[in-house]
Amino acid sequence: MRRSLLFIPANKPGMMQNADIFAADSIIFDLEDAVAFSEKDSARILLHNFLQTFKPNYEVIIRINQIDHINGLLDLEALVSDRIDAIMLPKARTASVKKLAELLASFEKARKLKKTIKIIPLLELAAAILETEAIACLPRVDGILLGAEDLTNDMETERTIIGEEIFYPRSKIAYAAKAYGIDAIDTPFTDVNDDQGLSQDAKKAKNLGMTAKAAIHPNQIRYINEVFSPSKDQIAWALKVLEATKTNLGVFSLDGKMIDKPIIERCQKIIEKAKKYRII
Amino acid sequence: MKNSLGRYVPEGFIPFQSSRAFLEQPRTREKIILSENKGNKKLSSISGAFDRLGIGADMTLSFHHHLRNGDLVMNLVFEEIKSRNLKNMTIAASSIFPNNRILSELIENGNVTNVYTNYLNGEVAKSISEGKLQGMLYMDTHGGRSRAIESGDIKIDVAFIAVPCSDEAGNGNGLSGPSACGSLGYAIPDLLYAKKKVVVTDYLVPKVEYVEIEAKYVDYVVVIDKIGNQSGIESGTTRITRDPVGLKIAETTALLLSELGLIRENFSMQTGAGGTVLAVTRFIREIMEKENVKAGFASGGITHYFTEMLKKGLINKLYDVQCFDLEAVKSLAENPNHHSISAFKYANPYEDAIVNHLDFVILGATEVDLSFNVNVTTASNGLIMGGSGGHADTASGAKVSIIVTPLFKTRLPIIRPEITTITTPGEDIDIVVTERGIAINPKRIDLLEKLKNSHLPIMSIKDLSKIALAYTGIPEVRVKKEQVIGVVRYRDQTIIDTLFQM
Repeated sequence: MRRSLLFIPANKPGMMQNADIFAADSIIFDLEDAVAFSEKDSARILLHNFLQTFKPNYEVIIRINQIDHINGLLDLEALVSDRIDAIMLPKARTASVKKLAELLASFEKARKLKKTIKIIPLLELAAAILETEAIACLPRVDGILLGAEDLTNDMETERTIIGEEIFYPRSKIAYAAKAYGIDAIDTPFTDVNDDQGLSQDAKKAKNLGMTAKAAIHPNQIRYINEVFSPSKDQIAWALKVLEATKTNLGVFSLDGKMIDKPIIERCQKIIEKAKKYRII
Repeated sequence: MKNSLGRYVPEGFIPFQSSRAFLEQPRTREKIILSENKGNKKLSSISGAFDRLGIGADMTLSFHHHLRNGDLVMNLVFEEIKSRNLKNMTIAASSIFPNNRILSELIENGNVTNVYTNYLNGEVAKSISEGKLQGMLYMDTHGGRSRAIESGDIKIDVAFIAVPCSDEAGNGNGLSGPSACGSLGYAIPDLLYAKKKVVVTDYLVPKVEYVEIEAKYVDYVVVIDKIGNQSGIESGTTRITRDPVGLKIAETTALLLSELGLIRENFSMQTGAGGTVLAVTRFIREIMEKENVKAGFASGGITHYFTEMLKKGLINKLYDVQCFDLEAVKSLAENPNHHSISAFKYANPYEDAIVNHLDFVILGATEVDLSFNVNVTTASNGLIMGGSGGHADTASGAKVSIIVTPLFKTRLPIIRPEITTITTPGEDIDIVVTERGIAINPKRIDLLEKLKNSHLPIMSIKDLSKIALAYTGIPEVRVKKEQVIGVVRYRDQTIIDTLFQM
């Protein structure tokens, strides 16, 4: 259960050392697009040393390079350990996710890891969108991130502020994620100075069923968390409903509205989230 | 000799005891000096004023800093001192900015041997830090300077007062003209107590409607082509930071203020300039709008963030001792609820000053020690790069004083066991907010009690320091050189710390 995932380039020590302070639920240390080809090795070493030195209070995700390239394999070789929680796989397809799962299993066994490392596929190809359901149901897959920039390149469509061009992939990922109980993570909003635009974009994604959103700048986290956290009104309502269940059995009426099992379950989820995010 | 904070005090100076010790001493005031010049006051050059007033060696000349980094008047007077090769002069300027670099030449030549100021950076700060001033540097607070001038501790022979709009008699203000800079509050002590007063203007008008500088105190009016570059008024950071660490600190501070119940109807605040501090203002505003709360007043150096809030009815009154940007200048001229105040009214320790009516103040820091003592005067290598300004005044007066600072800057921990210079005593600092935690001064049991169920990351200042040192390592303690270059004076003239050659 995540709300916000913040990309941090793995070759920027000044940004890495502050990863813990922005209230992002997850940090995605990026070895792929943010790091120039000539700096892949130094970034890998820096990230390894960083993870050995600091004990993060957030979920650690590493966006590796593609695993059909030597850099992707070297990333795994250098970084798979109990210090990381998930691998984000760029340009993911069903086959590459399965291959990554096998590689992780062998690393975990050889290194006697105590945890099972999860996979977050990054869907950024038209063909991958068509495979969404097949990918969502794979073991280790814990969430799916929509990569709208590369996807619209692939589709030869324009990215717009309204986002009509990603209505279908957003919806498809949201439904598949819900069906398989994983996170539907929305694509980053790329204008880091447009806070209002970010909020609107996040609300749109949430209404379609996305449960979280990636960020490319720390200043975006507060807006994303605000959208994907239960509001004060929602929490107050949920608490009232749950309190009423103590004295009412089955279906009952509260403030003139019918309360039944799905609503009670929804209230429980709201309170669970509110507690997790320390809102109450 | 050492003061109560364990800092060295040179012979002949009074050591700092506590921030309230001055209350046991009576206020002393010299006689206010009126002009005796009943004739024509108009002069056409600074040089003419030197001749008419017989300005010579060993004299003390004073200035205000409302034109900030755009000020030309100070520099014209310095040029005159240089061309006449006057020696052993004392300069009493409320602040000295990088554009006053010619002063460092005068210091190196022995033309200027003593300096009184409240804030100092740039080339002059470097020269003095390197030990080139033959006499002493006296670093005061804004409130302390007004007290020092009224008491005769600083005796000013001639005050050169840059006035953006003046009539021939010397009535003037800072609201109009090509060099309009807004409030002239820091010039008022000089205007009242200097032996002679010279208004320097580039905008002579037949009649001045709003009179902040009164002609009855003014001896001469020098009219020149240009007293300042208006764009230089906006020196310093007057834009909200986009730095995510700064924003995190600002947001945390606003949440803290909210939890402490300090953002309530009719509250009062001072937040000043600087990227992070301005961001606090933005987050406070968000809370105010959400909760439909209005502030009674805001004070201090005023930026357009406050004037916008005044315009929208979120703040009832602004008490402005200094305009930090041109929007503030415009507002002061147009909005009847935007008031100019003098340095006396702002922060004189013996007045019922505005700072004493603040519910909270947000301040910055260069270093903070484990007793909450704060340095805003020197860098950790001893280089002078600031000064109290109103720091110690507002920290003393406000009901809650809050320092906002990153836990470390580059490789240097800000909260550390030993700080280079003490500017503001820890007894007047209540809270330190960083990106990784909040420390409350243990003597503020009331605040700790209010926050006992808070989700905010409240910890001891020792724990905050430990976190900082875990990142940076323990900094090497600077070995101070023996040569004393100046003193940092608390509001009451006692010595809170001593400055050594860098």
